[in-house]
Amino acid sequence: MFEAMQVHLRIRRYNPEKDRQPWWGEYTVEGEPTDRLLDALNHVKWYQDGTLTYRRSCAHGVCGSDAMVVNGANALACKVLLKNLGKAVTVEPLRGLPVVKDLLVDLEGFFEKYRQAKPYLITHSPTPHKERLQTPEDRERFDDTTKCILCAACTTSCPSFWANQDYVGPAAIVNAARFIFDSRDEGREERLEVLNSVDGVWRCRTIFNCVEACPRGINVTKAIGEVKKALLFRKV
Amino acid sequence: MYQKYDAVIVGGGGAGLMAALHLSPHGDVAVISKLYPIRSHTGAAQGGIGAALGNLEEDHWEWHMFDTVKGSDYLADQDAVEILCREAIETVYDLEHWGLPFSRTPEGRIAQRRFGGHAREFGKAPVQRSCYAADRTGHMILQTLYQQCIKNEVHFYNEFHLLDLLVEGDRVAGVVALCLATGEIHTFHAKAVLFATGGCGRMFRVTSNALALTGDGMAVALRRGIPLEDMEFFQFHPTGIYKLGILLSEAARGEGGVLRNGKSERFMERYASTLKDLASRDVVSRAIYREVQAGRGINGKNYVHLDLTHLGREVLDTKLPDITDFVRTYMGIEPAIELIPIQPTAHYAMGGIPTDIDARVVIDEKNTPLHGFYAAGECACVSVHGANRLGTNSLVDILVFGRRGGRHAAQFMGENDWAPLPPNPQERARALVAGLISSGGRERAAKIRDELQDEMMEKAGVFREAPGLAAAREKLRELRQRYASVRIDDRGHQYNTELLEVIELGGLIELAETLVEGALARQESRGGHAREDFPKRDDAKWLKHTLAYQTANGIELGYKPVTITKFQPMERKY
Repeated sequence: MFEAMQVHLRIRRYNPEKDRQPWWGEYTVEGEPTDRLLDALNHVKWYQDGTLTYRRSCAHGVCGSDAMVVNGANALACKVLLKNLGKAVTVEPLRGLPVVKDLLVDLEGFFEKYRQAKPYLITHSPTPHKERLQTPEDRERFDDTTKCILCAACTTSCPSFWANQDYVGPAAIVNAARFIFDSRDEGREERLEVLNSVDGVWRCRTIFNCVEACPRGINVTKAIGEVKKALLFRKV
Repeated sequence: MYQKYDAVIVGGGGAGLMAALHLSPHGDVAVISKLYPIRSHTGAAQGGIGAALGNLEEDHWEWHMFDTVKGSDYLADQDAVEILCREAIETVYDLEHWGLPFSRTPEGRIAQRRFGGHAREFGKAPVQRSCYAADRTGHMILQTLYQQCIKNEVHFYNEFHLLDLLVEGDRVAGVVALCLATGEIHTFHAKAVLFATGGCGRMFRVTSNALALTGDGMAVALRRGIPLEDMEFFQFHPTGIYKLGILLSEAARGEGGVLRNGKSERFMERYASTLKDLASRDVVSRAIYREVQAGRGINGKNYVHLDLTHLGREVLDTKLPDITDFVRTYMGIEPAIELIPIQPTAHYAMGGIPTDIDARVVIDEKNTPLHGFYAAGECACVSVHGANRLGTNSLVDILVFGRRGGRHAAQFMGENDWAPLPPNPQERARALVAGLISSGGRERAAKIRDELQDEMMEKAGVFREAPGLAAAREKLRELRQRYASVRIDDRGHQYNTELLEVIELGGLIELAETLVEGALARQESRGGHAREDFPKRDDAKWLKHTLAYQTANGIELGYKPVTITKFQPMERKY
């Protein structure tokens, strides 16, 4: 469909078993303009240097494995196309999380914060035999936040998180908001308490990096703002 | 390293997490997953989960059962299908109770829509049966189950890759797995083991499957002498994005989308006069191939169009937002005004590790169980899908049989002690890894994988015939030899993902062998197995399940009967 193009990749490399310092690996790959950056990374790994290390799985932006810094901005490698990146592409691991190897970062802390926000439906009332009823309007209320794939692109784009890594971060707040504004949930107060702590929602300075970083198009800052409002007025 | 658990689940997708939720309250349970569970491919399922809730119109599980049996081209075991369709209903309510954000009807009930092959009154007209959450139902199921696992403090081993199954006599004793972070090999000693390791679509060039879907659990079972059932039946989903294979849900046609050939004809009217574009997937995929063969592809090429232009932006944005986004992102096409190039994409393995209705693995023609071993989801073959799976039924399968497997395994681990470990439990796993690292060969794994995928796509895809399958058999023999001298650049221990990919490739080649041998032997056309040289279904000879065993002399085939209860085989028309 399109002419093949040559892309020059500069990839931040680090192997803890060999390298004392990170270094830049330089690679040239042929690709079609509609290829994903992930295709180019795979090409390097499969045909040039098998040691290049990164996570990937679904390759179409739904599993959240391959978030990384691409030309300075957070993105999923499988959701950016070569034609939109230019002929020279710089690829680095996510910022603010410990680098384990090349583009692969330690996500344990990220998931720990996600768990702190109690990201599950809490109910005390008896469950009905069939489904609970929920109006389409009530369902729509929290729709945006259900799209999160926990890729960590938002949290690792956040200067407040870079400055203080105890901050729960936007991803955890989005996943708390997912339940706070769900009409079926009865655990609002305990969740809001977590987010009201010193490392909770108030560390957000509405910088909006998270909104730009989100590959699912979630309005992260808006969700955080709604949680702040819920805390101030104690109603949702 | 050595760990001891009451039960170990391998795989963190829908089936594994569902099993974990039913097992973990009853003992010490670990879930091993080569990915973070939330990355599992259940999350890529789009259109919905089939259950006869009857929220929008009359529906009954018997109708769902009939459709599933008919969709399977009568190869499914009907006792299992009955359980699938009955229990679908309560598992959907379970999900809702756990917080799954289903789309809703104006009355606030779970929304349902049409899907391929699902009909009212035994095939009369499409019915709204697929319970959905926009077009990201699988994402919501995976999220909801993972959330519940967090709530219930399920113990996860993230990024551990399965290497071996430990068997002692007629019992399993545990599994051996590679910790990707450290390169250490761990023995997990367990009373019960449940595989929920997913499919193997990555043996094909064009596939909707994630890069991780390399059939690891199936391959490990096969090497331990457990046969694989019905591997020749592989589903090609009609609407993959051209060349990329990314899935565009059947929900697109459920909401009214139609397929058009190079002459803009709605060609499905000619192949399936009643359900048309909503005929079952094998039928639609073959129709696309026939149109292309007849020169009616787009500009004579090997694809056709999916037309969603008449649905309107409102429907696209609210009911199909994700696939609309995929089309925009990867094709640069606006589906509200432009036609979408699509081609059939390798999607789902109907076959797998043979199990009974409690997800217990059975290892021969007589259904002898291997005690303590369970399998559920795409890696398993109950068989509820027979020769062709209906859309939405994979999600039903993972939930219903993940749950049944979890429950049965809970009982088993309560009543039994640990089987003794074999003297040197890591022997095979260590030999496998050491052999690959030290092969000293020059073969690129990627080259072998490319050739495997091309061969399977061309000769064992939507249409097959004897000469092509025989050539594929030879090719696989060659690839297996070359694989023995594969080269690995990465000699490190920490996150050696190159080693991981090479291990995965070895399994894929062996699984491809079972597929090709089963397909070559089966001289008929049924569901997802279409032979140009044997175009008719042949119930007299072939109404039976294939069992493929790996032996020193290659693949050997056995067969076992199909369970038929309510519905006698009939001609299949849509």
